Amino acid sequence: MTSADFVTVLPEVLLAVYAMAALLFGVYTTKDKVAGTLVVTTAAVLVVLALWVGTAGEGTSAAFGGAFIADGFARFAKVIILLSGAGVLLMGRDYMERHNLLRFEYPILISLATVGMMMMVSAGDLMALYMGLELQSLSLYVVASLRRDSVKSTEAGLKYFVLGALSSGLLLYGASLVYGYAGTTVFSGIISTIGEDGMATGLLIGLVFLITGLAFKVSAVPFHMWTPDVYEGSPTPVTAFFATAPKMAAMALFARVMLDAFGAAPGDWGQIVALLALLSMFLGAIAAIGQQNIKRLMAYSSIAHMGFALMGLAAGTETGVQAMLIYMAIYIAMNLGTFAFILGMQRDGQPVTDISALSMYSVEYPGRAAAVAALMFSLAGVPPLLGFAGKFAVLNAAVDAGYAWLAIGGVIASVIGAFYYLRIVFYMYFGDKPDVALDGTMTLTGRVFLTGSALVMLAGMVTMLGVDELALGAAQALVN
Amino acid sequence: MIGLEHYLGVAAALFVIGIFGIFLNRKNVIVILMSIELMLLSVNINLVAFSFFSGDLVGQVFTMFVLTVAAAEAAIGLAILVCFFRARGTIAVEDVNVMKG
Repeated sequence: MTSADFVTVLPEVLLAVYAMAALLFGVYTTKDKVAGTLVVTTAAVLVVLALWVGTAGEGTSAAFGGAFIADGFARFAKVIILLSGAGVLLMGRDYMERHNLLRFEYPILISLATVGMMMMVSAGDLMALYMGLELQSLSLYVVASLRRDSVKSTEAGLKYFVLGALSSGLLLYGASLVYGYAGTTVFSGIISTIGEDGMATGLLIGLVFLITGLAFKVSAVPFHMWTPDVYEGSPTPVTAFFATAPKMAAMALFARVMLDAFGAAPGDWGQIVALLALLSMFLGAIAAIGQQNIKRLMAYSSIAHMGFALMGLAAGTETGVQAMLIYMAIYIAMNLGTFAFILGMQRDGQPVTDISALSMYSVEYPGRAAAVAALMFSLAGVPPLLGFAGKFAVLNAAVDAGYAWLAIGGVIASVIGAFYYLRIVFYMYFGDKPDVALDGTMTLTGRVFLTGSALVMLAGMVTMLGVDELALGAAQALVN
Repeated sequence: MIGLEHYLGVAAALFVIGIFGIFLNRKNVIVILMSIELMLLSVNINLVAFSFFSGDLVGQVFTMFVLTVAAAEAAIGLAILVCFFRARGTIAVEDVNVMKG
């Protein structure tokens, strides 16, 4: 344990110290009166850290005996996590204030969850993986039930807690078997025990349990049942957070475990991941059709999107991981814009989540309706919007890796899934005139995020904004 | 002589009991918390047994981490449960159904 180790983990340490200092500050001063300031400060800290991590130079450095790896892959994921965390904090601030939810614990818990996510994407050891995952999960259980006096919010927290703890238990059982049969918890040690003729049976069982636990965290079918309820019950800014940063962290962790620890036997886990991907895409597409609540709809949408991202991972190649990272970056950009809009949906000061309330929204607010329509087309993967580029990349990688059946399934699922995105557009442009229209109040931050995200979707097809190059560098750091 | 396989057998049995405790229990959320604890402790038996029989201390270090996290997890679970009880007035599993999943 040298000072070089601490230099490697400095961003995480600083964020953790910030979170604890903010907690002390909040407790010893005016408590919830400082919450608004703390939200903005935390967002600023996250942005500064993102800039720092993003420009922190090239190459790979490992700390604490390989337990913590800071490479291009981790940096790419961390920048996305930090920026989306900051974005969600900023755009949710006004909503929290309006609904009397702005407690000073909220930004602190988000920072602690972010520390956990940064640990997850940098984990090089089963212990580091577990600690990062738990720090993230425990913080998220609490923010899910932030609205303490509401049955829905506490029930969401309770369901998330029970199923999250179950998945941690499964993951941990897998970790213990992997440790037992590989004799080490370091990923580079685990991969060296996998010989030419495949892995030991005990190791394989451990791998299956690990995949089960990780699939819970990315909400892949058949381990998705918590997602719709948690998305619906949590306060909307928290839902926006769930739909962005933790998904990126869990997916990056999934890729890191599969390739760093089990990359020598891609056939063994590739099939499982491919099946998870196929089921997620279809269930996400079909189950969302009947939903009237836009938060539940976004939950099923995220399940389907995770299926597509897993398709890139199932390929297990450099292009596959690159496609997965591009897909996740685009997905998060789309979701930030969509949730900025959902946060602004209200009538008489009460939040509205019913889709039919959007009827004829385009008459009063043509600009916003056009932006949402662009986002919905992008989520559905209609060219020439950016969402299509992500889908194209993962389909391409899957075909190259010999998963043509998976790619065909993906295309069919995305056609089915297009229906419910387009239904929202239909309501906005051709629905019946509602009795009471939605309030037009949408904060400046919300409008900036909505417009920015929609513009990115439109402009992205021309340049991809350099994300593909960055993702390629990140994928090379992981696969080689 | 008690060997590694006996410990693994006990741990696997406890783990399965824990999982069944979560899914078959229809009465009380507290029982679910106990089942979760049972799962984590069975993992600890696994880790310590592997650690002892392979002469490698890492497994026991891992156990310490798991114990710590399990305590934090139980604390948070109970806290959420108390909030739920205040809002809903019951902690029966069949009443955790305001949202249909």
